[in-house]
Amino acid sequence: MVRRVSVVDVDLCVGCMMCVFACTRRFGEGGVSKSAIRVASIGGIERGFTVIVCRACPDPPCAASCPTGALKPRKGGGIVFDPVKCVGCGNCVKACPYGALMLDEESGKPIVCTYCGYCVNYCPYGVIKLEEVKEVVVHAR
Amino acid sequence: MLASDPLSRVLYIDLSSKKYWVEDRKELFEEFIGGTGVAINLLREEVPRGADPLGPENAIVLAAGPFNAMYPMASKTVAMFKSPLTGNLGESHAGGRSAVAIRLAGYGAIVIKGASDIPVWVSVHGSKVHFRDARALWGVRSAHTVGRVLREVEGGHGYRTIMRIGRAGEKLVRYACVVVDTFRHFGRLGLGAVFGSKKLKALVVVGKGSVPVADKAGYRRVYDDLYKRIMGTPATRKYHDLGTAENVLPLNELGALPTMNLKASRFERAEEISGERLAEKYLGRRVSYAHCSVACIHLAVLREPYEREPYFYKTTFVSYDYEPIYACGAMLGIGSTEGLLKVLDAVETYGLDTMSTSVVLAWMTEAYEKGLVTEEETIVKPAWGDYASFLKAIEYVVEQPNEFYVALAKRVEHAAKVYGGSEFALAYGGIYRPGRAPRVRPGRQAQSPGLRWLLVRPEDGGEEGVRRGGRRLPSGGGEVEAGAYEPRALPLR
Repeated sequence: MVRRVSVVDVDLCVGCMMCVFACTRRFGEGGVSKSAIRVASIGGIERGFTVIVCRACPDPPCAASCPTGALKPRKGGGIVFDPVKCVGCGNCVKACPYGALMLDEESGKPIVCTYCGYCVNYCPYGVIKLEEVKEVVVHAR
Repeated sequence: MLASDPLSRVLYIDLSSKKYWVEDRKELFEEFIGGTGVAINLLREEVPRGADPLGPENAIVLAAGPFNAMYPMASKTVAMFKSPLTGNLGESHAGGRSAVAIRLAGYGAIVIKGASDIPVWVSVHGSKVHFRDARALWGVRSAHTVGRVLREVEGGHGYRTIMRIGRAGEKLVRYACVVVDTFRHFGRLGLGAVFGSKKLKALVVVGKGSVPVADKAGYRRVYDDLYKRIMGTPATRKYHDLGTAENVLPLNELGALPTMNLKASRFERAEEISGERLAEKYLGRRVSYAHCSVACIHLAVLREPYEREPYFYKTTFVSYDYEPIYACGAMLGIGSTEGLLKVLDAVETYGLDTMSTSVVLAWMTEAYEKGLVTEEETIVKPAWGDYASFLKAIEYVVEQPNEFYVALAKRVEHAAKVYGGSEFALAYGGIYRPGRAPRVRPGRQAQSPGLRWLLVRPEDGGEEGVRRGGRRLPSGGGEVEAGAYEPRALPLR
C-alpha cells in the first residue's frame, strides 16, 4: 500500500498556510514557490478555504496527458515524476481537474507531491492527514 | 542577509506619472531590523517638512521585515505615512496576507508616492506592476463589494493580499482605515484617507516566491523550535479560544471598560457583548493570518430575517476583537449582541477605524444629551444603546450631508471647538482613546480638563484587585492586559 496526503475535514482549516510553507521548507527555503500543496479562500475568508493537494488518483489523468513519460502512474495510486524527461509542456497542469499541479516558475516544470507528509506535521487543526491510498475499482461496463 | 535575499529591494510606485521602479536598499535593511526603522527612513526621504498629509507630497511606505515568510507568527506589515488625523507621523500595522505577499513578491518595502488624476488600483504581480482604472469602483458603497470584484479580476488566488478603502477613505474621513484581506485593517491614524487623497482605491500584491537560506538544516531546526513554543503555550491559546474579546468581562469587573463616552467604566450589559457570549452564540469561523498557526481572527455570524420573505435570512460574517467591542459596544452603551454586530459591520462596510468612530459618536451623543447640538445638526436622535441611530450616523459621518458631519469627519476635537464639549471629546492630539479606562486612586482627580480619556471616576477606580472565577487578577495588568501590540493607556499617578 502507498500513502497520500488526505484532506480529511476542510472545515477545520483556518487558512494559516503552515502546510504550504512547510512544503517549500523541505528544500531549505522560506516561502511558497516549491509547494505542492496550496490553500486559498473560496471567495473571501469568511466562506472558508480550499486545500489543494495531489489526491493520488488510481488512474491519474495527468500521467495520461504526459507526452514524454516524465509523469508515470505510481503502483497503488498517484504519480512519480522524472524531471529529466519533462519538457515543461504543461499538459499535466491542464489535465488535473483539481488544479493540484502547478508549474515551478523557476524550472518551468511541474511541482509534484511526493506524498512525504512533511506538511501534515505542521497542520495544528487536523485538516490534513497522511493516509494509505484506498483501492478504487473503476468498473468496466 | 544573503546577497540574493529580495528583502533589500524597494518597489517605488509613482501614482502621478504611473511609473514604477525598484531600488536596492541593502544598507537600510541591514541597519534597521524589522519594518519600522526601514519605513521611517524611507518616509523621511520622501516627505518634505510641512507636507500636506492629503497632498501628493505625502507618501505611503509599506514594509516587511526579515522574519516575514520565514518564521511562523511574523505576519504583520508596517505602514508609515504622515497622518491626516494628527499631522504627525502615522504608523499602523496590519496582518492578513499582506506581509507574506509583499516579501514573496520579492520586496522588503513598497513606497507609494504622488497622486493619480483618476481613481486607480495598483496590482503587483511579482516583478510586474499594473495601474488599473478604478473609476468604475469609486463610489461603491461597501468595501466588501470592492474585495469581491478584485478577487474575481485579479489572479494569484491564495498568494495575494487585497488592500482597499471604502467610502470613508474616498470621502477623506480623517480616520478612514484600509481594509486588508477582509476583516484586518491599517486601522488607526487615517491611512484610508491618504489612499483616498491619492485616488488609490486598492493595492493588490501577489507573492509566490521564496527566500534563500544559507544554513538550511539550521533554519528548519530553529523553525521547529519556534513552532513548538508557539503551539505549546497558553499565551497564544487565549487568542485562539475566545480571542482578545476575552478581556471584556475582566476589564469590566476591574472598572476599566470605557462605557458611554467614559461616563462610566463599568457596563451593566457587558455579558451581552462578552467574548464568551459571542463565542457561544455567534462564532461562525476562526481564521488565521498567512503563516501564523494561532487563528486569532474570530468571525461572528449575524443572521437577519428578511422582512418581505418568510424563512429567508441575510447571513453576514462580522469580525470582532476586544477594541472594536469596547468601541461599538460599551462606549456607545450598546448592550445588544446583534446591535453590536450590526454597528461593527457598518464600520467595516464604510472602511472606518472602529475606535475613532466610536469616540466621535459617543461625543455626539453626550453633546446631544447636554443640548450643545440638536437634531438640526445630528439629523438622528442619538441615544446610548440605540444602535439604529448610530447606523444612520455612521453613514452621515461618511457622506457628510451637513456642516456638523463635515466637522465630525475631520476630528472630534475640531467638532468640539465649534460646538463645545471639549472636556468630553476623548481624543488627545488627534489620537482617539483605546479601550482601557485607566484607574486613579480614590480621591484623586485628573487635573486638566478635556483629558477624561485619562480619567476614571474615583468610585470605579480604587480597588487593588478583583476576584473573578477564583482567579486573582492583578490590578495593573498581567493576564487582563490585551495584546502587547495594542496601545496602552498609562495610569495616572
